[in-house]
Amino acid sequence: MIDTAVIAESLPAFAQGLRVCLLLLVISLTTGLVLSVPLAMARVSSRRWLSAPVWLYTYVFRGTPLLVQLFIAYYGFAQFDALRQSALWPLFREAWFCAWLAFSLNTTAYTTEIFAGALKATPAGEAEAARAYGLAGWRLYARILLPGALRRALPQYSNEVVGLMHATAIASTVSLVDVTRVARDVYANHLLPVEAFGTAALIYFTLTFVLVGAFKLMERRWLQHLQPQRATAPAPVPAHAA
Amino acid sequence: MSSARRLLLVLSAALPFIAAAQAPAPTKLRVGVEGNYPPFSKMSPDGQLSGFDIDIARGLCAQMKVECTLVQQEWDGMIPALNVRKFDFIVASMTISDERKRAVDFSDPYYDVPSRWVARAGQFKEATPAALAGRKIIVLRNSPRAKFVAEQYKLSEVLLVAKETDVYLELVAGRGDIGLGSSVVASEAFLKKPSGKGYTTVGPAVRLQDGGGGVGIALRKGDTALRDRINAALKAIRADGSYKKMADAYFDFDVSGTN
Amino acid sequence: MDLQGYGAAIVGGLWVTLAVATTSLALAAVFGLAGALAKLSASRALRWAATVYTTLIRSLPELVLMLAIFYGGQALLNRAGLALGLDYIDVPPFAAGVLTIGFIFGAYLTETFRGAILAVPRGQLEAARAFGMRPGQVLRRVMLPQLVRHAVPGFANNWLVMVKATALVSIIGLDDMVHRANLAAAATREPFTFFVLIAGIYLAVTTVSIALLGALEKRYSLGVKAVSF
Repeated sequence: MIDTAVIAESLPAFAQGLRVCLLLLVISLTTGLVLSVPLAMARVSSRRWLSAPVWLYTYVFRGTPLLVQLFIAYYGFAQFDALRQSALWPLFREAWFCAWLAFSLNTTAYTTEIFAGALKATPAGEAEAARAYGLAGWRLYARILLPGALRRALPQYSNEVVGLMHATAIASTVSLVDVTRVARDVYANHLLPVEAFGTAALIYFTLTFVLVGAFKLMERRWLQHLQPQRATAPAPVPAHAA
Repeated sequence: MSSARRLLLVLSAALPFIAAAQAPAPTKLRVGVEGNYPPFSKMSPDGQLSGFDIDIARGLCAQMKVECTLVQQEWDGMIPALNVRKFDFIVASMTISDERKRAVDFSDPYYDVPSRWVARAGQFKEATPAALAGRKIIVLRNSPRAKFVAEQYKLSEVLLVAKETDVYLELVAGRGDIGLGSSVVASEAFLKKPSGKGYTTVGPAVRLQDGGGGVGIALRKGDTALRDRINAALKAIRADGSYKKMADAYFDFDVSGTN
Repeated sequence: MDLQGYGAAIVGGLWVTLAVATTSLALAAVFGLAGALAKLSASRALRWAATVYTTLIRSLPELVLMLAIFYGGQALLNRAGLALGLDYIDVPPFAAGVLTIGFIFGAYLTETFRGAILAVPRGQLEAARAFGMRPGQVLRRVMLPQLVRHAVPGFANNWLVMVKATALVSIIGLDDMVHRANLAAAATREPFTFFVLIAGIYLAVTTVSIALLGALEKRYSLGVKAVSF
């Protein structure tokens, strides 16, 4: 009923597509993580000149579709002769660079908001105590505020990572040969939607499972203090010493 | 019995009659066309289709004495649409290939033109695998030309596009170094236009061996009745000169191929 | 910004995009409510089915789901049509897009509605039953009005995501704003102009949505004491 020959034949292509998907995910995530920490700090800052531009950036990139952002990066910038003549062109003409650019800017915007929210949710007492100890500036952030915020952000961040992995399927629209593109090719050549998209679905499902599992492990380690407590038997009351 | 079962019984009893009712040759057919492959098919901004493929489709239908409706379809959904019966046969300059024969049946070829390499003038002296090593070749995705490039040009990078005209769009955008496409489309839709200024063909025409060559009309697998009708109609329009009349309207050279 | 006459086409595409988004939202709400009720029902089979539905949809990329439902649905419909002796059933891209997005976001809304249903105080529902109201009346008079208040934030979030997801429908051939921008860009060789234009339009839709939904939330929260810091 299911044409396993077609699936077997297309597995090498799917494997290559998976490599593309994972590579894009990793480079975009890394960029996003690195950029969003300082941006989140700027976002929560009381200095308007720091927080306002970051707010505008996240507003624009969260308020527009990723597909359109990708098209602007890949098709849009190529319109300008100035860019085509410049030294940046060898970068912008590559689909990989454009995809990395669009995905990184997009995930940075969402991650910045997540970390900013987590920073704002810092219990007031923690920050006060840290300041009372004389911690200030980057030490305050590095020792107290950021570790707390990053932990608090873990559940929401895990959603963002899974979302980004799903979004890599969109890169198939600009000639990157990822899992989705392979699935569409298999369908176009063999007209078997179940075999083509079923295989792709299995791959994405497994990836999601692995990512969610990995984050659960991280939560168990870093959010241990929020895990439900197991009830323990009350300590035996010592008999009164006679 | 329940009303649902009763309905099912009635329907299944009616089936043989419905099937039998379809036995005589249909007098209404739908034809899949692209509208984005000038001069073989193009679409005006208000949706009017024209071109050699369109004329051939209409000519065949007139010959077969059927009423045809032209259905415009994006290239990369063409065969799936045929399969779900959105139309009954495709006249969209589809090259006959062994790969495609796994999914569809083909009529006899109705024209045959070679492929040509196109690049910026002066950039390449020839288009051999050695000359294009390390360069980026632009070609239509899932096509015999793409297979040819994948097999013969292993040292080159490949950029696959969704429709033939995108080959030249990406070439001009600088996303690839050289494109491989139908010689007629290359010259009529690109080289002879202002956007093609400064570009030229590279090397001799390329004839692909795969599948017998030529461009054919695709039908659903097993639809031999319709295929025979179409082949008969093709022979007829070649014999009575109407094929030549249609071709002369667009080309000043012979596109009919072996015939 | 010289739109070279394609401005009208883009605005036309906006109406299509909004039509798809609103119709999909309505459909998703239906799927979501059904899914939530199934998840909270006494029947194990229903609970299991709803769990499969939400887990599957949330583990797969929207684009892949869209392609699978679109092509798979076509093939299924075709086979069904053949078995019944019917001619080709043309599914217009609009219907395909709405069904797909509605189905996908129904899974996300299932969680929203489930949380909202659970947030309505049990005592009120019990009291309503004690007064002799039929389950349908309880649903209509007691649960739904309060459900709305709890569901609005999740609803709002899903609406915003859905508006952006409609951009993907252009990939299965719907003639929406993104598709029109593609055509305009190809014709005028100015992709930047048109894609930035539609990005701006999406941003405007987002802004208006946030404002309207914020007002909606305020309206449904009248009389609810908010925590004061």
